Amino acid sequence: MKIHIPTPLRQYAEKKAALNVSGKTVAEGLKNLTVQHPDLKKHLFTDEGKLRSFVNVYVNDEDIRYLQNTDTAVKEGDDVSIVPSIAGGFDEPKL
Amino acid sequence: MPVDLQTAATALSNEEILRYSRHLIMPEVGMEGQQKLKAAKVLCIGTGGLGSPLALYLTAAGVGTLGLVDFDVVDYTNLQRQIIHSTPDVGRPKLDSAEEKLRALNPYVDIRKFETRLTSANALEIFRDFDVIVDGTDNFPTRYLVNDACVLTGKPNVYGSIFRFEGQASVFATKEGPCYRCLYPEPPPPGLVPSCAEGGVLGILPGLVGVIQATEAIKLILEAGEPLIGRLLLVDALAMNFRTLKLRKNPECPACGTHPTIKKLIDYEQFCGIPPAAAQQPAANANDMTPEELKRRLDAGEDLFVLDVREPNEYQIANLGGYLIPLGDLPKRVNELDSSREIVAHCKMGGRSAKAVDFLRQAGFKKVRNLAGGINAWSEKVDPKVPKY
Repeated sequence: MKIHIPTPLRQYAEKKAALNVSGKTVAEGLKNLTVQHPDLKKHLFTDEGKLRSFVNVYVNDEDIRYLQNTDTAVKEGDDVSIVPSIAGGFDEPKL
Repeated sequence: MPVDLQTAATALSNEEILRYSRHLIMPEVGMEGQQKLKAAKVLCIGTGGLGSPLALYLTAAGVGTLGLVDFDVVDYTNLQRQIIHSTPDVGRPKLDSAEEKLRALNPYVDIRKFETRLTSANALEIFRDFDVIVDGTDNFPTRYLVNDACVLTGKPNVYGSIFRFEGQASVFATKEGPCYRCLYPEPPPPGLVPSCAEGGVLGILPGLVGVIQATEAIKLILEAGEPLIGRLLLVDALAMNFRTLKLRKNPECPACGTHPTIKKLIDYEQFCGIPPAAAQQPAANANDMTPEELKRRLDAGEDLFVLDVREPNEYQIANLGGYLIPLGDLPKRVNELDSSREIVAHCKMGGRSAKAVDFLRQAGFKKVRNLAGGINAWSEKVDPKVPKY
């Protein structure tokens, strides 16, 4: 599967926009991804190993929360997208 | 929203007919659509990066009432992307600068200014008179506030967000569609996601995303086409790639689900894990060193190790000759530091270096201080030859 890395996380994945990893499910793909790029781990998962609530994962154009979550099966050629919340907009923070 | 073409309030004058002629000859807008635009009241939260193109296009298009919420003042770093403001506007309130441009562009638009920070105390009151809310704020507390206020008042939320060269857009909080909390139930903890001030943003990107938001607002008013309801548009300006992902209304959403638990606006700073203003006073931190103190001690020849935790490209813009270890690399490069020396960490504005100081203290470094306000404060208070950015 091809995993698309969002801009804020590319710094933890050798600046790559997408990476090909093996795995039959989303969980396997993400695990292999974090094995290759350990710095990504704390940005994707909580200490308990759950996907963080501000990180959504899509298989093609479907949110895995409405499929089988990280157990969702992934085929060769599927696109997996990591879509975290981003806050940039009008102005710069005052802090 | 149905429009009575004969009512005086939205009837177009000959001058307006000439002005909007390219809309009027188009069947998708036509006289009825143009009068819908004239009857419409859109609230634009912010007149910065996204708000600039948004407000300009909505005004040009003939939206009858445009509300603007902002409390900020134009500064030089805004001009790279906030195209409603010009160089002579630096130092002026953004609302005054924006109002002047918008009135010059289209005197038929009623511009309403709200010179305030949007808060839980005023959001519902401000939203009440508007049909469509356009959000592109730069911080999570305001994003959740806008979302919840839209859900509570039943107004669509035209959403846009940007980072570096990537953007997101959608339409939230319509009756049938999902809201922002369906997509992201909770915000990230502070500090885990960099802001535009820290991470940067391609100046054109808010133009791209802001124009998408303006298009969606116009479509909602015209009830035309397929708005981005239930879809999240991802824009990658570097690859010039546009993708849409499916969004679903979450029946368990605390804001718009079948049994909502959010029945009034809450404290969004607290919800986003941001300590109250009093607790984040930089002066209250004993680890801080002022730029003046650093200067005095360096001039006195004291043995201070200046650690710069910014990125290499920032070092090229301006530096204090410090030893560069980007914050993200600090854990694996900490062995390069000598814990017996007094270390002064700095970044651009003091946020990242505060994290570096916390990390180093936990790693056993006893003598480590944070340059308050970062290199920008050094430029302001000690050496203006060092450029601010």
